[in-house]
Amino acid sequence: MLDLSFEAPKPKVIAGATGDWELVIGMEIHAQISTQAKLFSGASTTFGAEPNSNVAFVDAAMPGMLPVVNEFCLEQAVRTGLGLKAAINLRSAFDRKNYFYPDNPQGYQISQLYHPIVGEGEVLVEMGPGVARVVRIERIHVEQDAGKSIHDMDPNMSFIDLNRTGVPLMEIVSRPDIRGPEEAAAYVGKLRQILRYLGTCDGNMQNGNLRADVNVSVCRPGQYEKYQETQDFSHLGTRCEIKNMNSMRFIQQAIDYEARRQIAILEDGGKVDQETRLYDPDKGETRSMRSKEEAQDYRYFPDPDLLPLEIEQGWVDDIAATMPELPDAKKTRFMEGFGLTDYDASVLTAEVENADFFEAVVAVGEDGKLAANWVINELFGRLKKEGQEIGESPVSPAQLGGVIKLIKSGDISGKIAKDLFEILWTEGGEPAAIVEERGMKQVTDTGAIEKAVDEIIAANPAQVEKAQQNPKLAGWFVGQVMKSTGGKANPAAVNALVMAKLGL
Amino acid sequence: MSTIDIETARRVAKLARIRVADESLPQLAEKLSGILDFMEQLNEVNVDGVEPMTSVTPMRLKRRQDGVTDGNMQDKILKNAPDAREGFFAVPKVVE
Repeated sequence: MLDLSFEAPKPKVIAGATGDWELVIGMEIHAQISTQAKLFSGASTTFGAEPNSNVAFVDAAMPGMLPVVNEFCLEQAVRTGLGLKAAINLRSAFDRKNYFYPDNPQGYQISQLYHPIVGEGEVLVEMGPGVARVVRIERIHVEQDAGKSIHDMDPNMSFIDLNRTGVPLMEIVSRPDIRGPEEAAAYVGKLRQILRYLGTCDGNMQNGNLRADVNVSVCRPGQYEKYQETQDFSHLGTRCEIKNMNSMRFIQQAIDYEARRQIAILEDGGKVDQETRLYDPDKGETRSMRSKEEAQDYRYFPDPDLLPLEIEQGWVDDIAATMPELPDAKKTRFMEGFGLTDYDASVLTAEVENADFFEAVVAVGEDGKLAANWVINELFGRLKKEGQEIGESPVSPAQLGGVIKLIKSGDISGKIAKDLFEILWTEGGEPAAIVEERGMKQVTDTGAIEKAVDEIIAANPAQVEKAQQNPKLAGWFVGQVMKSTGGKANPAAVNALVMAKLGL
Repeated sequence: MSTIDIETARRVAKLARIRVADESLPQLAEKLSGILDFMEQLNEVNVDGVEPMTSVTPMRLKRRQDGVTDGNMQDKILKNAPDAREGFFAVPKVVE
């Protein structure tokens, strides 16, 4: 049985002038739900369309237009909840979050403050073999995205595109269980992986389909443990929220900068103000986002245009019945079933397409470890070099499986297998047929190998003498024999014969 | 009894983006306070154990299927805009 126990990673500690400080991080991830249409209208969610073309009257908040919820968004949110082992709330409701901004024509965002559709769950974030953090999920709610403001097209005007307005988002809110910048990035990575497995969000951070708000505070060693015992936030420091980051690297840099900023304030005898900040990647710093005189007041209230959202347990069960195998389960199965290392299993399960490809290779090649080696080293290496995705691989799983089968049966050596892979990559074809046609089969016939060894020895008496004095030089003979047989001789057999013939 | 003072009235007006002249604020505060007083009366009703009523008829929240059935009418969307350029709404510059 595989040992699945793990220990928690050490929190990041920053040494200050007055002693050590620890980080406490909670995250809100905004994930665009993969759908055709928007949350409350029939307009398309396609990225990169002509401005204001993916807009229905309800998105533009024309008077008298009423929202009608897209049922698939709810299904996707429930599926995500189930994937994070979370409680599904059969009764939830939509609320209005009121604020004025030009790219928010309704004057409010429809969200779920008081009764979210998904309750508490958890995510296992691995930081290395046997080291992992369980990050608790507080809730997931469904809400509308805002439009896009463009400030650099005109010196005096801002330009507004409402294509994004009303696009469905899931906001996934974690508890403050993340203890360092690397953990924060790993958490986003793991969540992204799960969402992609589930097909509920494509995880494209560059297009803004996955964005993170990060809450950062600092405390003295020991304080966090008191918080965990009591769930009383007063043991923790005042937090600042860094908004809207869509790069793993920036998330880490922003957290590091923000923690050091807070420590400097505290060690100076000052007080951290709870506020919203923005990370500026060019300057590498966070800065306050809103003027301090005007505290945000969203005046949430239940949306009178939308009845409470009631879903049935049977519907939730139907969704549960169609859940795919998730990354943790797949990785464990790869390690247990194929004897893969933790690392190899992680690499192969990082993207579900990779895992599927690998399994299809194993189905033909019938050797998990060998298949893992070839997929990770040869195939991924080559794809990376050519800048291609796994879906574009010229070598199919069946072909690569065929190569592995030939290695396993001893028909070809590992070296010849690389040549065969090259042929499959550039010319295609059926592996066994190619090996047969081009005479690539490994020579295991001892008689033939012996003949080659004898010839090399007879032709090089000086080398024989040297090798007999210094056995390390026997490798030269092995190399010569391999060369004379076109690499087709079984290297182990050649080695044994060379040693015997030289009397070593 | 809760009352709305002049500063609160000013803030509420600002949040709602309604321009209220300084001399009108006392009157606005008084009117808003009157509304709250009425609410206070409603607070006297005992609603322990009463489910909030969200609809007068037993209706289920209406849903739509996921499909693109709307949009592709940039001209209509921008038609009432005081200023539109190159397919965008153009508004006075707002920078955070």
